[in-house]
Amino acid sequence: MHMKLAAAAAMTLTALPLAASAEGDVNIYSYRQAYLLEPLLNAFEQETGIDANVVFAKKGLAERLEREGRNSPADVVMTVDISRINELVERDLVQGVENDVLNENIPENLRHPEGKWFALTTRGRLIFTSRERVEEGEITTYEQLADDKWNDRICTRSGKHPYNIALFSSMLAHHGEADTKAWLEGLKDNLARKPQGGDRDQIKAIAEGVCDISIGNSYYYGNMLQDENQRAIAEQVRLVFPNAEGRGTHVNISGIALTKSAPNRDNAIKLMEFLSSAEAQRIYAEANTEYPANPDVQPSGLVAEWGEINPDQLSLQEIANNRNAVVKLVDRVDYDGE
Amino acid sequence: MTEAVSRVDPGLTEPLLAKRTSRHWLIAAFLTTTIVALPVLSVIFLAFFPEENIWPHLLDTTLPRYLSTTLQLMLGVGALTLVIGLSSAWAVTMCEFPGRRFFEWAMLLPFAVPAYVIAYVYTSLLDYAGPVQRNLRDWFGWENASDYWFPEIRSLEGAILMIGLVLYPYVYLLARAAFLEQSPSLFAVSRSLGHSALSTFFRVVLPIARPAVAVGLSLVLMETLNDFGTVDFFAVQTLTAGLFDTWMNLGNLGGAAQIATTMLIFVVILVTLERYSRRRQQQFAARDNRDPIRRFTMSAPRQYACLAVCAIPVLFGFLIPGFTLGLYAWEYFGESWNTDFIQNTLNSLLLSGTAALTTLLIGITLAYSRRLHDTKGMQVLMRLSSLGYAMPGAVLAVGVIVPLAGFDNWLDSLTRDLFGFSTGLLLSGSTFALVFAYTVRFLAVSAGSVESALQKITPSMDMASRSLGHTPGKTLVRVHLPMLRGTLMTAALVVFVDCMKELPATLILRPFNFETLATYVYQFASDERLYHSALPALIIVLAGIIPIILMSRSISKTRTMG
Repeated sequence: MHMKLAAAAAMTLTALPLAASAEGDVNIYSYRQAYLLEPLLNAFEQETGIDANVVFAKKGLAERLEREGRNSPADVVMTVDISRINELVERDLVQGVENDVLNENIPENLRHPEGKWFALTTRGRLIFTSRERVEEGEITTYEQLADDKWNDRICTRSGKHPYNIALFSSMLAHHGEADTKAWLEGLKDNLARKPQGGDRDQIKAIAEGVCDISIGNSYYYGNMLQDENQRAIAEQVRLVFPNAEGRGTHVNISGIALTKSAPNRDNAIKLMEFLSSAEAQRIYAEANTEYPANPDVQPSGLVAEWGEINPDQLSLQEIANNRNAVVKLVDRVDYDGE
Repeated sequence: MTEAVSRVDPGLTEPLLAKRTSRHWLIAAFLTTTIVALPVLSVIFLAFFPEENIWPHLLDTTLPRYLSTTLQLMLGVGALTLVIGLSSAWAVTMCEFPGRRFFEWAMLLPFAVPAYVIAYVYTSLLDYAGPVQRNLRDWFGWENASDYWFPEIRSLEGAILMIGLVLYPYVYLLARAAFLEQSPSLFAVSRSLGHSALSTFFRVVLPIARPAVAVGLSLVLMETLNDFGTVDFFAVQTLTAGLFDTWMNLGNLGGAAQIATTMLIFVVILVTLERYSRRRQQQFAARDNRDPIRRFTMSAPRQYACLAVCAIPVLFGFLIPGFTLGLYAWEYFGESWNTDFIQNTLNSLLLSGTAALTTLLIGITLAYSRRLHDTKGMQVLMRLSSLGYAMPGAVLAVGVIVPLAGFDNWLDSLTRDLFGFSTGLLLSGSTFALVFAYTVRFLAVSAGSVESALQKITPSMDMASRSLGHTPGKTLVRVHLPMLRGTLMTAALVVFVDCMKELPATLILRPFNFETLATYVYQFASDERLYHSALPALIIVLAGIIPIILMSRSISKTRTMG
């Protein structure tokens, strides 16, 4: 009886019907912040007349997609980190796209062999060092992070954050389990404080003198340089492209995938094509100081200034496959502990 | 047990209340409980049938730390909220000091500040680059962090402080309502028998207020258990943090559900403790509203002590964070004030209002059914229905999606097969899912407070009304509800403010193009753009204040002030 009342009350609340446009809609589940997408989606709407609707969440969208099944309104999922994209494939929530435009715009190593996901941007996982307290060239590889020399001088975010997991997964692929465990233990011993905060916080910690070295994604540094409140902090660190002389720097991606249920499949593919186009790639990479996935597009001026990135050619799939083993390894060495 | 409390022999009340009662109440209670328990049961089901069993790994590695951290956090927050809540409730109810009328309602202000917001604010104030440490460095000529020691805000102690500062109003609110409802003559009698004020407080006042305080404290502890924003930000590894970690980073929902089930055990213990503290404690206050409370007149130093007891929590729990947010909001006002922001504000108000009302109605149904049929089965129902409160929002969201989407897809298949049209996602794709989740989550709040208030109404009332020919329903509407007005307002308000602040479940369940203020704030704050989140955060706080004032006045009205 009361549930009826509740239901009635709830019904009056349902969101206003979306204004239907002539060209229809495309619905996006996004793990990326809405404001990063806004300029892109506005450009897309202008160009095609298709309305783009977004639900942004940090967590649980895959579950939501799975439960909604064939009735899910979502057409595409936009997400960061290869493991999260891979999870969608493994749970059979996305469909392959065979499309000439996309295959033209996105290199083979940055898309799923059957088109179940496409990378839109890449970002390097870099080492940042204090300009004051660390000499240039004193550290050049991920492996050196475990050297005793850096005891109590390194800061990182949680070892379980997807960005670190992906980096550790690449270490596992190159070095095997025993060596990777030893390396992780060495790195943990070198931490100046319990892992906390985000990648920017580690750069701040270097500026504060808490530590001398940190690990972080390239775009965080770029964003700090562009933010007048944080520029002075970012300028105190030097960025290092680890293993540039060897196998290359570990990179991760942000990407897009077409859901299995996509009710607006054609519009969704239009959106994917658009996002891979030179114009959108420029906006997208610029907005977050990332590297465009489309090789025809040059990184923005600021990113280009940092020098060439030599990406590790290890397959993203292998990184994703190592994830579970690595997370357990991180637990075993108690990386996030005191 | 105090002598001063009139007792009614339970053996006498039972048959009178239970007999000749229609079964409607029982059925209603059973149905609502089933619906509310569905998400919880879904999660428990997931826990017992995980795709990959990670339990042994958790047990070996991280779980012991999650457990001990959680216990420490709960102990710390529990102690802090009890001290602040009880002392301030007593001061404003029974002592006369300058500013008392103001603090009556001002004590509730921190309640409007979400824990994650206060955590963001204090971090920005107290971290290395913040104004506090910057000024210290300037004064003392320190160069960098290695030159001096400063307490680390991002720590377990910091989390205790943050969470305690915004949750103590639960204890304050319920303790104060209990102090107001007690008969002033009790106190006078105790004093005339030679007890000091302090000893009277512990021997007479507190035992009578204990059921209400126990409810307040168990709410605090459940909220603490559920907090994600703060512990995540401070890297404090509680069960909730571990649960998110297991789900998001291990990609193992089954393992997350197993941790959630562990948390449920915590809650069952909490609820049981709270029941136990109420055991054999049926007191029926002889309410006499014409008898004003006679407050103590005190010496100046004591008055200042009272003032400090009240002012300090409000200063740190509300004024400083509020002022900081105000400053940021002012600075970034041009960027923040836009149509999105206005729409989201309306969304939040409507959604929280609806959920508060729904929750209240169901809470009354359950509590009253229990009054009519206080059987073992009914107690189990009550307990089941309050389990949702223990569910971390994100897990609850999954628990909500499972049955709702299941129902939607079932209905959809049915209509497709029978009538050839699709109903789509009727429930799970709309705000219904949100209201449902909020209701499940906060039912414990309303049912708990309605129940503890109902216990204070003597069964003679029911007997009188029923013997005059009223049905149980009519008795409820005509007799109980008017007497419970203050409590009902309180319960509805608490739920309203909670819904305004709710974050993890809202993030997962909200429909397209639908934001609440909380999700809006989180988008910015989680991206370290606190400045942009200041205005919407401030609105959450302000929206929380209005009902606080209204409600506070209604509580005061329960007694004419002398």
